[in-house]
Amino acid sequence: MKPGQMVNKRPFEAVVREEGATVLRVCRAVLGVHDADDAWSDTFLAALQAYPALPAGANVEAWLVTIAHRKCIDHVRAGTRRALPVDHPPEQHSSLGIPGDGHEELLDAVTRLPLKQRQAVAYHYLAGLPYNDVAALLGGTAEAARRAGADGVKTLRSALSAHQSLAHTSSKGDI
Amino acid sequence: MTLELSPDHAEVVSLLHPLDAGLEPAIASLHARLARDAQLTHTLDIAYRVVDSPVGKLLLAATDRGIVRVAFELEDHDSVLQLLANAVSPRILQAPARLDDAARELDEYFEGTRTEFDLTLDFRLCRGFRLNVLRHLPRIPYGSTASYAQVAQAAGSPNAVRAVGTACATNPLPLIVPCHRVVKSDGSFGGYLGGSEAKRALLRLEAAA
Repeated sequence: MKPGQMVNKRPFEAVVREEGATVLRVCRAVLGVHDADDAWSDTFLAALQAYPALPAGANVEAWLVTIAHRKCIDHVRAGTRRALPVDHPPEQHSSLGIPGDGHEELLDAVTRLPLKQRQAVAYHYLAGLPYNDVAALLGGTAEAARRAGADGVKTLRSALSAHQSLAHTSSKGDI
Repeated sequence: MTLELSPDHAEVVSLLHPLDAGLEPAIASLHARLARDAQLTHTLDIAYRVVDSPVGKLLLAATDRGIVRVAFELEDHDSVLQLLANAVSPRILQAPARLDDAARELDEYFEGTRTEFDLTLDFRLCRGFRLNVLRHLPRIPYGSTASYAQVAQAAGSPNAVRAVGTACATNPLPLIVPCHRVVKSDGSFGGYLGGSEAKRALLRLEAAA
């Protein structure tokens, strides 16, 4: 950023265009694809309200992730009050990915991670926050956040490799 | 800020790629929903849209008080939005609904079926003598022109010819506030925010109708 440019805040439209995708990825990772839209809407409406008070030159992405973090927690809480846990969630993934390509397995594996691991993976890998900042959101130490992120990634990898080895042994031979 | 990212960062990001399924259409509909919600909760200080016209793409922007800015492509829409963010509020979204009437009336104007605009205008971007000049401009009838000197006289300051030129050159609401009808005393066009070609086209349109 050139000197003098930090004084003025950009139109919020530019913020939505630049950060909208990252925030949606984060919400999808934390909440699953179907609840993510509501959390995204809550996040950006709250951000729009608070935008004039954001200090000029602040890290807008980190600010948005902080808001998204809170809104996702609201949804997690509302969800646990509302929904009964089921062993086999209804299949609603038809619009997402091609069956058999591992996409559904990955999405499924993400939703099965413990909340802290989903958050750590989302904030560190998708939003690019350093683990110090992730820890500030989650509470606990940076090291604990790093461990949650690493554990999450490990589980995701093994879920996908289990899927792939299944695919290898299948008669389709399309992988 | 230096990002302390994990060494496996790129690989994990590609592992998580399925989260991107249908991301762009989702963002588009979420953006529309945000614009609606913002309007309903009175959090949207400036709504804007971009419309096509015979004089190029036009940016139309409105506050809750009325149309606050019309801008030609030549003015660079991104810079105009940034200036609005600085001067009015950064709570700006592309939200077409608030500009429906303005877009329709401009369409009718360019089709030659509308000779004056019936829109609520927000003049907060101009002050003093310039505002005085702009308020006078709609009295120049469709299809005719006035000289800078005549406008200066009508605005009550016959010596302020140059200031009339400045008022026209900084008109935040061109087309709707017809600064294109102000020309030089010798009959030549004079300058225009949207370029002299656009001014010529507008005067030709109005003369033909």
